[in-house]
Amino acid sequence: MSTPYAKLPAWADYGLIPLINLSVAFIVAGFVVMLVGENPFRAAVILVEGAFGKGTGIAFTLFYATTFIFTGLSVAVAAHCGLFNIGTEGQAYIAGLGIAIVCLSFDSTLPWWLTFPLAIVASALVGALWALIPAYLQAKRGSHIVITTIMFNFIAASIMVYLLVGPLKPAGSQAPQTRNFLAGAELPKLNWIIELFGAKIRSAPLNICFLLALAMAFLVWLLIWRTRLGYEMRTYGHSPKAARYAGISETRIIITAMMISGALAGMMALNPVMGDQHNVAIDFVSGAGFVGIAVALMGRLHPVGIVLAAILFGMLYQGGAELAFEMPAISRDMIVIIQGLVILFAGALEHMFRPYIQALFASFSPKSVGMQAVNGKGA
Amino acid sequence: MAQAAIELTGINKSFGAVRANRDINLEIARGTIHGIVGENGAGKSTLMSILYGFYQADSGEIRVGGKPASIKTPNDAIALGIGMVHQHFMLVDNFSVLENIILGAETDALLKSSIAKARSELDRLEREYGLEVDPDAIIEELPVGLQQRVEILKALYRGAEILILDEPTGVLTPAEADHLFRILRQLKEQGKTVVLITHKLREIMAITDTVSVMRQGTMVATRETRKTTVEELAELMVGRRVLLRVEKGDAEAGAVKLAVKNLTVRDSRGVTMVDDVSFDLRAGEIVGIAGVAGNGQSELLEAISGIRHAVSGSVMLEGKPIDLTGKADPGELRDRGLAHVPEDRHHVGLVLAFEENENSILGYHDDPRYLRGPFLNIDAIMADAKDKIEKYDIRPGNPRLKTANFSGGNQQKIVLAREIEQDPGVLIVGQPTRGVDVGAIEFIHKRLIAMRDQGKAVLVVSVELDEIRSLSDRILVMFAGRIVGERGPEATEGELGLLMAGVEHQEAAQ
Repeated sequence: MSTPYAKLPAWADYGLIPLINLSVAFIVAGFVVMLVGENPFRAAVILVEGAFGKGTGIAFTLFYATTFIFTGLSVAVAAHCGLFNIGTEGQAYIAGLGIAIVCLSFDSTLPWWLTFPLAIVASALVGALWALIPAYLQAKRGSHIVITTIMFNFIAASIMVYLLVGPLKPAGSQAPQTRNFLAGAELPKLNWIIELFGAKIRSAPLNICFLLALAMAFLVWLLIWRTRLGYEMRTYGHSPKAARYAGISETRIIITAMMISGALAGMMALNPVMGDQHNVAIDFVSGAGFVGIAVALMGRLHPVGIVLAAILFGMLYQGGAELAFEMPAISRDMIVIIQGLVILFAGALEHMFRPYIQALFASFSPKSVGMQAVNGKGA
Repeated sequence: MAQAAIELTGINKSFGAVRANRDINLEIARGTIHGIVGENGAGKSTLMSILYGFYQADSGEIRVGGKPASIKTPNDAIALGIGMVHQHFMLVDNFSVLENIILGAETDALLKSSIAKARSELDRLEREYGLEVDPDAIIEELPVGLQQRVEILKALYRGAEILILDEPTGVLTPAEADHLFRILRQLKEQGKTVVLITHKLREIMAITDTVSVMRQGTMVATRETRKTTVEELAELMVGRRVLLRVEKGDAEAGAVKLAVKNLTVRDSRGVTMVDDVSFDLRAGEIVGIAGVAGNGQSELLEAISGIRHAVSGSVMLEGKPIDLTGKADPGELRDRGLAHVPEDRHHVGLVLAFEENENSILGYHDDPRYLRGPFLNIDAIMADAKDKIEKYDIRPGNPRLKTANFSGGNQQKIVLAREIEQDPGVLIVGQPTRGVDVGAIEFIHKRLIAMRDQGKAVLVVSVELDEIRSLSDRILVMFAGRIVGERGPEATEGELGLLMAGVEHQEAAQ
């Protein structure tokens, strides 16, 4: 038997289908907006203008996107190795501890450009170590990584709450957070880049972590498609039996992939902690790890797709906040519903429209979906 | 001419851009055995699935017993008296024969009356067609030949007048296959119509009245069996002349390359799969291991290639032992000159989601030739893949194409090219031509013999007796985990068949 559906050309696969999925998500979201008695078209305009209309909006959108790029990459790296890392949330959260130690120790003595590399290493290391334990349990004991990483999210949260209301809290403070960092641990803003294009920015948290995120996206691409390690990870991800046959050690590849995934998750913490709040506060990750799953799925596990999907979710966060402000009928929860719809249609139901589009392509131009369609690799 | 049991007119079926069936016309006469042959992917299964209601034809007409029929589900097909015996049995393993037979045909909420009715009906069917089987036996305790009989009984119980059998002999010993053929002839005498789908041309010649040949989705010919030959059918299937038997000179066996001693392997449930197996494999010879699927051949291959843990025994490769704890590094064994073409190329030998060039280095991906530091040397890998594509005539010749898009024969060539081109001293091959089309079989056999002629040691495991007989210089027969006999290439099929069925030396010794 042949495969029931032929392949689509790359542009349809990577462009058209996500676009259709996204449109459907927004149409359904439009109906929800109508249900609460608001005009969906005006809501859409506010959403998009809020995210991209003004310089400040753009800066906020990219700030959120930075966070989601890290978590999306983290999920994607593990997924390429066939591992579903749901622990990105906890790995990012606990990495805040590493950053806190570096920043609280050096912010008065070192300039930011020395603190930052130290903090990158610390965050990546703590994130990787937090992923190591579930990875080891999976590789050696067969404990399912989905279960263990979820549990480790709770453990991370408990540890951080204990530390932030106890040892890390300055004496006499009522807030469950560390003291504010000094200038030596404050990252430079990137708002000037947007201002180059003539936009005005009041105050926005976009910082150089955005560039770090883009660099990481490139490195992940390099890792997955251009290195031996990435090749081994993909082999194991597609077929553990083939990996065994090829002499790839299961233990080594699971642990390596999870630690890289954990390191990327950990780096996410740099963005809000050093770039924006300048302290480590309770619940600073606030679900970004879980959004990372949607971002990775929507970006089809490819770094370019992940950057684009992260910007989309950044837009939803920033534009959504504007929308909640402008339209009182649309509460914060409504925004969550819209985000949920995007995740539902672009992530979970990704393949819903695929058969129809393939049938359509096949009837219009049989050649375009024929055997010669080459699967695009890399960027 | 008897009245047609089934008439298909102008059947078309496409999956996306793939046209699985084009303008198929077929007439199957009542009370005959009609064979349908064709290579993998020729569209045989699609056509039968349309007839049995799994798929709907895009266009065309089906007439059953002269009346136009609309078959939308298998239930429609059953109501029209069409029964199907699938290649992979659709039986509940831990149910009894009777329970399986009434499954889906229960008449009552309580099983008692259904079972009583089935028992008497089964009794009649068994007497009528010589299909003896104990109605209270549990399926998993029955040999495959009997399980297949249960499938046939299931169809007959549902009133089948037309019986479709999809590759029925793939899992049978020659003796069991003969028995099946006797049953089919009996069915024919009782006026039933039998449609036999197979790629084994000898079976077609042995049992069918009429044979239709499919190629690339079209029906290329229908012949009366007694007026055609195996050679003609093979040519019709492939579209060109094929050598059915490879020509080869005598083996010049040299030093022992691989020595297996008292090897015992158990599966995860603790069942002994390989039982005290010993043999030598010498340079310059092909040793074939024959046997019905599931008699320990797979486990033997996996143990030798270091993938599966062995309980006891030893395997020496070029005089040095292989780690049999199941923790052996297959990469290290490759370095020592042991190449392995696994039985299951879809899940083990290849990563179907990979591009062709990525699969062409699987297992050899840490060879410095393909690397530049920690990075893959894409240029070298591509050049190497192109080279292999040319040498092995892999089609389509595009190293960037996803491996899943290659046909079975070409996928197998990708694996063989990869393993053979590493120039190993010992090559072990599981099912070299399973799911491979006739044209590629010839090519693969020639390659294996060329390896032998270069002085390499080749071990072939295959369930295709013809393949074993035409390739091997020595034939070992496995039954229930043991090697029950060794024969030369001149051994007759009947002799090997008896060994494969476990009717072993006690009789031969007499």
